[in-house]
Formats: sequence, C-alpha cells, structure tokens
Amino acid sequence: MIAKPGLDGHDRGAKVVARALAESGYEIVYIGLHQEPDAIVQAALQEDAEAVGLSILSGAHMTLFPAVLDGLRKNGMSDVLLFGGGIVPRRDIDELKALGTGEIFTPGTDTRKIVAYLDAFFEKKLSALKQN
Amino acid sequence: MVPLHPISGNQTLRTTISGAENKPFYAPSDIANLNVGHDLGAPGQFPYTRGIHESMYRGKLWTMRQFAGFGTAEETNQRFKYLLAQGQTGLSVAFDFPTLMGYDSDHPRSKGEVGRCGVAISSTDDMETLFAGIPLDHVSTSMTINGPAAMLFAFYIAAAERQGVALEQLRGTIQNDILKEYHAQNSWLVGPRPSMRIITDIFKYAAQYTPQWNTISISGYHIREAGSTAGQELAFTLADGLCYVDEGVKAGLQIDDFAPRLSFFFDVHIEFFEEIAKFRAARRIWAREMQKRGAKNPRSLLMRTHAQTAGVSLTAQQPENNIVRTAIEALAAVLGGAQSLHTNSFDEALALPTEKAVQIALRTQQIVAFESGVAAVADPLGGSYYVEALTDRLERECYDYFKRIEDAGGMFAALDAGFFRREIARSSFTYQTEIMNKRRLVVGVNAYETEGGVEPPILYINPKLEAQQTVRLARTRATRDALKVQASLTNLEAICRDENSPGNIMAALVDCARVNVTLGEMADVCRKVYGEFNKLAAV
Repeated sequence: MIAKPGLDGHDRGAKVVARALAESGYEIVYIGLHQEPDAIVQAALQEDAEAVGLSILSGAHMTLFPAVLDGLRKNGMSDVLLFGGGIVPRRDIDELKALGTGEIFTPGTDTRKIVAYLDAFFEKKLSALKQN
Repeated sequence: MVPLHPISGNQTLRTTISGAENKPFYAPSDIANLNVGHDLGAPGQFPYTRGIHESMYRGKLWTMRQFAGFGTAEETNQRFKYLLAQGQTGLSVAFDFPTLMGYDSDHPRSKGEVGRCGVAISSTDDMETLFAGIPLDHVSTSMTINGPAAMLFAFYIAAAERQGVALEQLRGTIQNDILKEYHAQNSWLVGPRPSMRIITDIFKYAAQYTPQWNTISISGYHIREAGSTAGQELAFTLADGLCYVDEGVKAGLQIDDFAPRLSFFFDVHIEFFEEIAKFRAARRIWAREMQKRGAKNPRSLLMRTHAQTAGVSLTAQQPENNIVRTAIEALAAVLGGAQSLHTNSFDEALALPTEKAVQIALRTQQIVAFESGVAAVADPLGGSYYVEALTDRLERECYDYFKRIEDAGGMFAALDAGFFRREIARSSFTYQTEIMNKRRLVVGVNAYETEGGVEPPILYINPKLEAQQTVRLARTRATRDALKVQASLTNLEAICRDENSPGNIMAALVDCARVNVTLGEMADVCRKVYGEFNKLAAV
C-alpha cells in the first residue's frame, strides 16, 4: 500500500513508485493524498497490507513516520514493513530506521532499487515462514 | 587500470526530455511557413513572441526573486532581510503546508508540519511580523498561496494598513491558481466551482482597491514538476488562463479591467532550447487568444511571466552538480524573456536551502545578468531555424490539447474526469522509465555515479518553533475583540452562502483579517458552506 501522509501535495514520486511496483508484479493500492496516520493504519488493516510505503516531501517525516509505525504496532501489524521516500536528510533516515522503519529512498532513486529492496524483504519473510 | 566510462551519445535518446524528435540540424525549410511579421513581430510588438518590451532587459532587468520561507514569521523575516541585503529585488513567500491547506498552526492536522516546508502564517499578527522593518510600499511581494489565497491576501492588506501603507501602493502577486492545484499541486480548500467564485471576487476587489496587485499567477511550474512534458505544461497552463478569463467575463467583468493583472509562472527545465521556445510560444498564443476574446488594452495581450528553475532536475546525488543545472536553466529563462526568476539552491533535493546555498543561487542570476552579456539583446535566438521550429511545434501541441480539452467537455468536465492528472502521470512515468533504462542519462544518478560522498551542511528546522508558533497564535486569540471576530465571520458566511449576494468575499475576508480572525477560522467557513473536496486525491 502506498500513501501520502499529512498535508503534502507532491505526489509524483508516490505515483511513479506505485506504478513501477505494480508493473513488477506487486499488488498495489494507492490510497492517495492528505491521509492522516490513523486513516493509513486503518486502510492497511482493511487491505491486509504486507508493506506500507509513505511518500513525504514536506519535512514532516519525523512526526508522520513514527505516528504510522506506532499505529501499525498497536494494531498488531508489527510484521508489516513501513518504508518510504522523499526529501529526508541522512541523519533523519538513520534515526527513523533505528525506530524501526525500513529503507527511506531519496530523490533520484532508481525504481528498480525499490523493487529489489521489496523482493529481498519478502524473500526473507518467506524463508523465515518456511523454516517455522 | 583506469576504469573507462563507455557511454557515447549513440546509446542515449535524441529526443527532448519531453519526447519530441530532434533532427540532426535545422534549415530554412524547417521554418518555411513562418511569417516573420505575423508570427514574430519585433520585441514589444504583437504577437510578442520575441518579448513583451522593445528594449527588454536594457530597459529593466528581470526581477531576482528568491522564494523563501521556513519556521515562524521571525525566521523568515530574517531571511528576507538577508536576501534584500544580497541584492535581491523582490520578495517571494513560501508557506508551510498547514497554511497552504488553510489550517491554523495549532490544528491537529498541522502537527509536525508547522514551519517545515515554508513559513507558518495563521493571522494578520503573523503577517505583520513577517514584514517587520520591510516597507510594503517599497517592495513587491509574491505569495505562493492558492486554496486560501484570498485569506493570505487579506492578511497582507491588513498588515499593510498597520504599517500605514495605502492599498493602491501595494505591488505583488498572489498565485491564486486553483486549477493547477487540481491538475498537479494538490493544495486545495474547496471544489472548483466555489473556488471560481472566490477568485472572481478577488479580481473585482483588486480592480477597485489594489490596482497594482497581480491577482493570479497562472502556473505551469507545478504541472511540469509533477512530471508533464513541456507541451503539456504550456497547454494546460494556457487553458487554465483562458478559463479564468472566461469566468471573469461571465461574472460580469470587462476583460480589460482584469486581464492586465493576470501574470504567469513557468518552469525552466534542463532541456535548454525547448524551454526557450516554450516561453516564446506561450506569449504568442496568449496574445492571439486574448485578442480573439476582444481584449483592446495592449496590456491585456502581454504575457508577463515569472520563471523558476526545475526542482525536479535537482539530484540528491552529488548535489554540487545542481549549481550547474540551475545555471543552464537560468540562462534559458533569460533567453526566453522572463520578467522575474527564482533560481533553486543546490541543496534542495536534501532539505530547504541554507543561507550559503541561496547566496550561490542568487549569484548565479547576477552572473547571468552582469557577466554573460545575454541581457544586452532582446530575443537573441529569434530567427534560429531550430528555435523557431521548436516554437511552432510547441504551439501546435498546445492547440491539439485545447481541442482535446474541448472534446472532453471543457475545463471543468475534463478536470472532474481526471484528464489532466492522468496525462501528467503518464508522461512522468515515461520519463522515469527512460532514466531507469538508461536511455536518458542523469549525471550522478545513472551515469558517473560515485559511492558515499559527504552530505553538505543542511538547514534543520528547530522542532521547538512549532510550539512557539502555537503560543503566539494563542496570544493573538486571547487579545482580540471576540464580538468583532464573530460579527465578521457571520458576515463572511452570509456572503459565501448567497450566490447572488452583492457582498464580496474578498472584502469580507479583509474585514476578518483586520480584527485578527485566523486563517483556519476563515477557511472553516468555506469548508462548512462549500464542503471539503477530496475527489481527485487518489487519481
């Protein structure tokens, strides 16, 4: 699931990534702009999302990523991958990853890199399931 | 062994970044249909292809106008003063997302967003602080604000009154281009129809009280940044502009009473010649279309335009390269004949710009203006086989789109059906795919990449500013006259509700601003009366 949290309107990246992932075989739901963290968590529940991608170019990433992460955990979705992209400085990316988000991709990222990242995540998840 | 980079021109596309074919060279046969008198004229003459002034930059250089805003009004006031001290000649305000969406800084939806992406302005008190020590009768101010444009304009007017400045002396621009918000930029308050009423009320108010104020800046910038081609940017922007003109006339205005106050705003992307041609084509089409609509005042025919270098062309990788990209784009804007220009700072793919980065961006314009020699001659590329052929091609593309919009039932039907959003998304994905397949090279991104690299020092917004701003807002609420606030809001609502009201929404908002009604309170009236608009959010 791909979403634009907060009030930010820049949706070029979100749409391009959603389409690139869809063309690589992922089932993608793009829930669109101006989504509040709670609404994103509820949508992830409803859609049974396995990964949630947030696109933030407004500088509000240090509020919105943790809010969604927290919501996912409180709703029993700790195993759902929260990743994202946007204008996010390296220092903040490190901090967010330490909190438990996945990768945050910055402008200029090759969409194949994002596909490869998700492929690796799901392969790992799958092999862990098999081992259990 | 030294690693070689076996990239040759042969492997990459020969089309422009907008996907148009380029011939190896251009010849007289490529402009055989060009009628110099009819299609070009001289600079300052109809159809203004070659520029809107005869003497162009000899008479008046373009305005160097850096878009700035972050934190609270105090921080941005300091940045404005810095920019003016560095030789900038006009101001341009970037607002944060809560302001752009019509929410006060203390609204729950504003949490984490206050002052992040621009300055937080919730009241006339904030606006007064923003321009403290800057005489509003001596600067021109551009405000990038759309959904709540009327509210922020009202704050500006009320702040000017507090400075003792007469309204007819105010010079500047509100972006106020709601159509491109629905196409691309996504900051809206209410739906298209009520927005058009507010906009035409602004036209009426400004014609009476602020005759030097540009009431709208019809913007292609955001359409392009959302991924459109040059042709789409040109076509959708001009279609929007003509829609505003037609709506103004429908609302009972004389075309020459408001058309001279319309201004434009285009992107300048990295595709050098195509961008120059875009500005030339835009002026020609606008002049002809306005003449067709019966404009008599020559000023109604002139397309005055701001330009900004392409944020989307900046890369987070090897960010110093962005200085070069911006210089190329700035040169294209000047060769295209823009009236004002913002040059992006090299660190903007990482964060809002530092003072140092902004200084380099401004110096880039000053070098183009004073060292390169390009300001000496109007439209120096006029008559170039290539540039004239590009200008014609873009004009044809534009009219093709006009026809498609008409076939889709006109502006509002096409907008409702998501036509513009889908066209832009399609182009955006095509471009991204070309980069991914290395058919198009971006230095540092998919060619000549380097590992690691040190991130330059970037601007961090102090998270404490949000709390300071909410305290400031609480003080404003606590010290105003509650009865006057209520009365002005009641009046605003009554005028909004009655489609045939003789009252003017803009005038009612100015009354609200004078007594420190906040942005969110005014916007809530509009949301209550007209309903919230979410229709295009996931298209």
